[in-house]
Amino acid sequence: MEILNLDNITIKFGGLTAVKDFKLELQHGELVGLIGPNGAGKTTVFNMISGIYTPSTNKIYFQNRDITGMKPDRIAKLGIARTFQNVRLMDNLSVIDNVMIGFHLHLHSNLASAIFRFPGYVREEEGIYQKSIELLHKVDLEFNKEVQAGSLPYGQQRKLEIIRALATRPKLLLLDEPAAGMNPQETKELMGFIQKIRKDFDLTILLIEHDMKVVMGICERIIVLNYGQTIAEGNPAEIQHNPEVIKAYLGVEAQYA
Amino acid sequence: MKQPSGKICTVISLMFIFILVYVAQNKLDAYLIRILNLGAMYVTLGVSLNLIYGFTGQFSLGHAGFMAIGAYVTALLVLPPYYKEVIFMLEPLAWPLNVIHTPFVVALIAGGVLSALAAFIIGVPVLRLKGDYLGIATLGFAEIIRIVLNNIPHITNGALGIKGIPEYTNLWWTMGIAIFTIYIVKGLISSSYGRALMAIRENEIAAEVMGVNLTYHKVMSFTISAFFAGVGGGLFACLLTTIDPKAFRFVMTYNILIVVVLGGLGSITGTVIAAFLYNFLLESLRPIEAGFNLGPMHFPPIPGLRMVTFSVLLLILILYKQKGLLGGFEFSWKWFFQSIKKVFKPKKTTEGSTL
Repeated sequence: MEILNLDNITIKFGGLTAVKDFKLELQHGELVGLIGPNGAGKTTVFNMISGIYTPSTNKIYFQNRDITGMKPDRIAKLGIARTFQNVRLMDNLSVIDNVMIGFHLHLHSNLASAIFRFPGYVREEEGIYQKSIELLHKVDLEFNKEVQAGSLPYGQQRKLEIIRALATRPKLLLLDEPAAGMNPQETKELMGFIQKIRKDFDLTILLIEHDMKVVMGICERIIVLNYGQTIAEGNPAEIQHNPEVIKAYLGVEAQYA
Repeated sequence: MKQPSGKICTVISLMFIFILVYVAQNKLDAYLIRILNLGAMYVTLGVSLNLIYGFTGQFSLGHAGFMAIGAYVTALLVLPPYYKEVIFMLEPLAWPLNVIHTPFVVALIAGGVLSALAAFIIGVPVLRLKGDYLGIATLGFAEIIRIVLNNIPHITNGALGIKGIPEYTNLWWTMGIAIFTIYIVKGLISSSYGRALMAIRENEIAAEVMGVNLTYHKVMSFTISAFFAGVGGGLFACLLTTIDPKAFRFVMTYNILIVVVLGGLGSITGTVIAAFLYNFLLESLRPIEAGFNLGPMHFPPIPGLRMVTFSVLLLILILYKQKGLLGGFEFSWKWFFQSIKKVFKPKKTTEGSTL
């Protein structure tokens, strides 16, 4: 079943074409990697899928529904969650509050029942509190639940951000460099964690990553971007031997006549 | 000792405040009552500004405008019709305002609702702006309100203002409304909606991507904030008994802003303390202006010296406490009893624990 379809989208910022004719079809349950040198337009693709940018031409379909131009909160409601390259947590809020924010779009209580603490609201709030604790348990953060999110070590902040994204109950999860700033041990754990949540939550995952061990280790399919254009697509083995990819990453050997 | 439940403590302290207000209203002299009234009024205004600025992170400088709307609506509704005929000298007051006469509480609510309505209308387009731009836009809005008030004499009596408003505001009203404001705002910010507001303050993009509808939450916060600013304006009108457009210049917003920043952005407790502190401090600095002797030196009376001294004190405070008096600290009964325990049992000896 097709879950996401980017139909040759292009985005221009003034005279700069950041992404050109980008095509991507994601099937339900896939784990796909998006790689490319710095400035290739990977994060721009994420920003377009999550609604922060709108493509200049062509459309984005999520579960066969046109989501082009929708606001990020509506797209989140449909089932797309993401993390950010430079972690964006609510630094001054507690860890548990950060997770509970993820549940916000599933809340039904109205404003009055929230202010005056009607029983229905209290029950709903207790429910998401318990669910948040369960989610935190998955990354061993439940004992730090009252700590300010900004004071956590960097690796844990990354995990918390993934947990927060999971709280929105997404169908599609976009991970922007989840292994950045992690040591080899943490990276290894992260790879296991990504595969676990994919199974537990029945997720489709699109992943940007510079750490080739992660990309080659867990992705089934890899797309390589350079200067906003797809230069290669295939399974890890194919990508590793693709001359275009090698050229993009390492440059070309000088030719002597 | 088991810690008593928070609700009981709140009820007891409310009763205590009730008695204090009763005593204050009947025993204190008019001057002190006036300062307390101003302090409590600033609590209402400050807490409402803190909701939009401290908790939602939207830099709004429109409070004087919302206050003005509340003040004028309240004044026009509580003035007796025969008296309105007397004071509207430039142009007679337009119908139906010239015949309406409502009780104080209805007038206050009407002032709040109209002010909230204005906030809703301007909030939808203006709250797209961020940071300083939003500040400038809301400041511009407040100025527009003031100019409009100046130029519709058949409703506002123009620059002459409205005089002889019945002095309904007393400590019962100011304290009651301050407590009501705190109750509502505290209820809001500690709820799921408040969490969303703070998420917007912390990181707008992340909040939006997590499914928080930015426009809805910002406008909601802005509207509630303006409602209480309007009610505060109504209190202001019936406390001073005279209002004119000049009273709602930027200085008014600035005063409220000082209270909020002094107390600490995002701390209701801080705002409450700062509101009273600000008014008492301003009054207690009055003798400086009258001229005084410091040892052999004689200082002549200098008008305005009070504000200079106050500004210096403010500067020193902000230099040493950037986050205001209390930062993000919030009073809770749990904290209260824990600190009492600490005071009475300073150190627990470790004799019981053998390892």
